[in-house]
Amino acid sequence: MKILLVDDSRTIRNIQKNILGRLEHKDIAEAGDGIEGIARIEESMPDLILLDWNMPNMDGLTFLETIRKKGITTPVIMCTTEAEKSRVIQAIQAGANNYVVKPFSTETMAEKIDQTMKKVAAAAE
Amino acid sequence: MDVRYINPFMKSIKNLFQTMLTTDVSFGKPFVPRPDDDSRPDVSGVIGFSGDASGAVVIAFGKETAVRAASQFAGTNLHLDHPDFADAIGELANMIAGGAKAEFEGLDVNISLPSVIVGERHEVTNSKVHPGLAIPCNTPLGNFRVHVSMKVEQAAAVGAGS
Repeated sequence: MKILLVDDSRTIRNIQKNILGRLEHKDIAEAGDGIEGIARIEESMPDLILLDWNMPNMDGLTFLETIRKKGITTPVIMCTTEAEKSRVIQAIQAGANNYVVKPFSTETMAEKIDQTMKKVAAAAE
Repeated sequence: MDVRYINPFMKSIKNLFQTMLTTDVSFGKPFVPRPDDDSRPDVSGVIGFSGDASGAVVIAFGKETAVRAASQFAGTNLHLDHPDFADAIGELANMIAGGAKAEFEGLDVNISLPSVIVGERHEVTNSKVHPGLAIPCNTPLGNFRVHVSMKVEQAAAVGAGS
């Protein structure tokens, strides 16, 4: 499974890569903001996107709205410090498939990826 | 500042350090920093607030504690000059601010992107506009302070039940 990490913090992307590596996900692309993220989607055609909210140049919500308008249906897990219920609703309405609040544990990340991929597979049947 | 808004920061600091640095935090009594306070940090991560509340949160470390905390967080050795050191400190500040603001019931608060200051014994000044409190934080990685200066807008405070 190819996974695209869109987060302006290289530290967070490295932490996510370590967790994903332990879960045997090694095919990973990275982007530091929403604009770069859109370019990476076109290059790497990911199966899953982990998306931060607060980023320079293009934030996560705008990225999400933009790719859904383009008809890109790749599952997206928001991974953000924005923890309020209103923000979660806003992200789900914009097309997020799941939501992880930072700080996160390895177990939470693994569970959310598993949940998301199962939901997407069930919807495709 | 209203001391009720300090607890969400303490809860957020504890959650961050337990979840991502696998270490516990205990707190000293929050206090108003005095102008003659000689305790000056070497590394600070700053996040601004806007919206229904304005102000900032600053996580302020001595350099040894900052290096240990950033390294523990990133899972790799991050010395002061490492290109990811400031990024890691900024992300710690970001998670503290984000976790706290989720607890401000009835307030719609936005947080800025993080800024990081690295400089030996710099001064964190208590704002006259947003007077604040310092929270002493004690961990096995070393001790540090989190300065919170926040003012809730009048109309928002009424809406939030103050």
